[in-house]
Amino acid sequence: MPTIFPAPTRRALLVGSGALFAWASVPSTARAEGRDPRFLAIVLRGGLDGLAVVAPVGDPDWAKLRSDKSLTADVATPALPLDGFFALNPAMPNLHRLYQAGQATIVHAVATPYRERSHFDGQDVLESGLPKPGTADTGWLNRALAAVEPGGRVDQRGRQAFAVGPITPLVVRGPAPVLSWVPPRLAPVSDDTTMRLLDLYRHTDPTFARVLEERVGLAAIAKAGGMNSAPGEERPPVQGGGGIAQVRTYFAEAAGAAAKFLAEPEGPRVGALAFDGWDTHVDEGAVKGRLANLLGALDGAIAAIETNMGNAWHETVVVLVTEFGRTARFNGNDGTDHGTATVALLAGGALQGGRVIADWPGLKEADLYEKRDLKPTADLRAVLKGVLRDHLRADERRLEAAVFPDSAAAKPLQGLLA
Amino acid sequence: MARDAKEAALVLHRFGLGPRAGSIDAIASDPSAAILAELDRPGAGQIATPDLPTSGTANRAVFEFTAERNAMQQRQRRETAQAALENPGKENSMEAKAEAPAKPEEVPLPRQLFLNEARARIDAALTAEIGFVERLVWFWSNHFCVNQDKTVMAGAYEREAIRPHVLGRFSDMLLAAEGHPAMLIYLDNAQSIGPNSVAGINRDKGLNENLAREILELHTLGVRTVYTQDDVTNFAKVLTGWTILPTVSNPDHGGEFVYLRRAHEPGEQSVVGKTYPDAGTEQGRAVLEDLARHPATAKHVATKMACHFIADDPPPALVDRLTQRFLDTDGDLKEMATALIASPEAWEPEQSKIKRPSEWIVAALRATGLSGDIARITGGMALLGQPLWRPPAPKGFSDDNAAWLDGLAQRLDIANTFAQRVGEKLDAEAVADTALGPLASAETRRAIANAESKPQALTFLLMAPEFQRR
Repeated sequence: MPTIFPAPTRRALLVGSGALFAWASVPSTARAEGRDPRFLAIVLRGGLDGLAVVAPVGDPDWAKLRSDKSLTADVATPALPLDGFFALNPAMPNLHRLYQAGQATIVHAVATPYRERSHFDGQDVLESGLPKPGTADTGWLNRALAAVEPGGRVDQRGRQAFAVGPITPLVVRGPAPVLSWVPPRLAPVSDDTTMRLLDLYRHTDPTFARVLEERVGLAAIAKAGGMNSAPGEERPPVQGGGGIAQVRTYFAEAAGAAAKFLAEPEGPRVGALAFDGWDTHVDEGAVKGRLANLLGALDGAIAAIETNMGNAWHETVVVLVTEFGRTARFNGNDGTDHGTATVALLAGGALQGGRVIADWPGLKEADLYEKRDLKPTADLRAVLKGVLRDHLRADERRLEAAVFPDSAAAKPLQGLLA
Repeated sequence: MARDAKEAALVLHRFGLGPRAGSIDAIASDPSAAILAELDRPGAGQIATPDLPTSGTANRAVFEFTAERNAMQQRQRRETAQAALENPGKENSMEAKAEAPAKPEEVPLPRQLFLNEARARIDAALTAEIGFVERLVWFWSNHFCVNQDKTVMAGAYEREAIRPHVLGRFSDMLLAAEGHPAMLIYLDNAQSIGPNSVAGINRDKGLNENLAREILELHTLGVRTVYTQDDVTNFAKVLTGWTILPTVSNPDHGGEFVYLRRAHEPGEQSVVGKTYPDAGTEQGRAVLEDLARHPATAKHVATKMACHFIADDPPPALVDRLTQRFLDTDGDLKEMATALIASPEAWEPEQSKIKRPSEWIVAALRATGLSGDIARITGGMALLGQPLWRPPAPKGFSDDNAAWLDGLAQRLDIANTFAQRVGEKLDAEAVADTALGPLASAETRRAIANAESKPQALTFLLMAPEFQRR
């Protein structure tokens, strides 16, 4: 990891060399309040199933909703209790530990203002901060830098955003310079991509399907009849050729590197990165299987951030957000389709955590949004505005006017910070 | 019109290098005429290369580069040893290393020459309207392949020996290829010496059959056809003396072709049923001219062309037609290409061949309108088993689907990486319109539309069977 940062550079130059983690620097000295806040946004692309991450185990309708494939308190790998009503996916012990230490907060039944179900449009709204998808080419996190109070916590000089990845996520693109860093290894092919491609090949090119099946180690299963098994029959979890081990490594490397940059005394203070793979239409595997594996990798990424932040962890807030949630019920393939409300996960030593914030809408059919999705009762922009205002000391009026336009009804959530 | 748009897309994949923006529409009114028109373009097959050195110049530059580098290393070793003598007990070498300022890594000359040649080749592929002529260049360059690991002239060789004749006569290309220094080095003829020549007797050196055998087996007649071991040996004798000027003693012409009478096996030689009097290089030229016109060569070349463009197991009628065309036109390669396009088999809708890695990578760049980083492009080709100008054997890269099928998983890795780098800024559905148009299956369209991210959508397009095949 370099200890000396290049002067703010044209984003094009950095992006030209490739980039995957986007950061905005709010460097160094003269934090008026003697604090030096760090903020990292992690965009989970594909639509994270909030109910599979934080399950309402206290809701009497929950167990019925997804039968035995959902998280409950009393199975072999019980969900990790949070507050008596909600419980956390057991694949996330680090997040649970932080929660118990008051360093993690969960907001449930939350959504952006977007109410359709297209990934690209949903991601556009999530990252642009605008009420509608369309033409935005800047993101809320970059624009938020302009809303930070002069002489406030975040130093005005050398302000820049930080991004991980070959492509800077929209959330951090904008007028403030973006410093980008590309991990030596890009993300491996996700199981989701492999499985969808395999599905395409099975319908169009049997020869290609056979070769790809060999790659993912499914040939033996297919021979044993597993591929043709009746719906609902137990199938072994996919062991992708890319492998969950590679995904875990990539998540931890990318997030850990972001933390190292943000922890630097002269480094950027605001950053963003994106993880793909949350679009779980088939064999979601929330308890064991694909989603559990991904959540485990994400939990490892959170742990890597905590470790690499060092002392700066106490001045850190990480938010993990997604474009929308998924259907409350399973579809015909033990997966879930595009939905609406979901969870937002917050972690960091600067939080007043240990809480699940939710105005729970219920899970009876009449309670669901359009009778299918978890109904949104919280606006994600209220959460983000609360963090940006109280953590980075962003000016509230400018948050309203420029960062999240037309969000007056979504008042900044109070008391998120310690 | 709808059918023609589909044929236009098909022809761009099968005979070209994949559609660019607007390509399908541009040729949809008459795809056949459009592809034949490419053969008639003035200078077809040539590339403007004012900055690229000739093979001889490249060879001499690399020779000097290597000599200077060796001298520098030698001098450093001496200085280190001297310093150790003057200051015994002090570990100067370690300190020197620690204090040396980190210099940005300079690309060594041989690598830079390779990258420049590769860039020129890829640019020609990216800017071609359809790319049929470039595909022919690639085909013939692979037929008469040399290896970059053995000679720095591989890129220049393609420009000097292959491109000028790609729409000319087979016999001319054969002569240009076999007499080129790159080939003489690659297949060891540069060091083949007639045992009864002056040099052979004085230095007790002898024949190297490699080039003679591969000419008969791979470049002309074909394996297990009409030649014997005696033919190979005799032909090798014919080719003795075809060598290159040593670079160390020829600062102006080192590495260029020279006929060295002193190394040439004297006497007449019998090759494939005909006796050739000893007439210096003319002896070899005469053998090559006859080999180029042999019916076995016609069949071999016709079969290979049909395998490359049409099917692993091409229809015999097509092979017969191409063979006859070759014989009727004295091996006119433009006529061969025209006959191929005029064949009904060329227009079969089934895309049975898998694109070679280079074809697929270039198609991806053309579809997305990107020019790509040349080191990444050549790196990708190497990763997929088709390193540019580095074939595994003189036979060149395989034309069988089986050879490339197993690389599908690696293609997915490359597509995934490429899409992560560029996919966020591209509309995969629009790229699908450009690259596949009416060829896109409903399933492929659906996979792209339902992708969870833009990079994933682009990955599906690049991995779709109708984009992988041609």
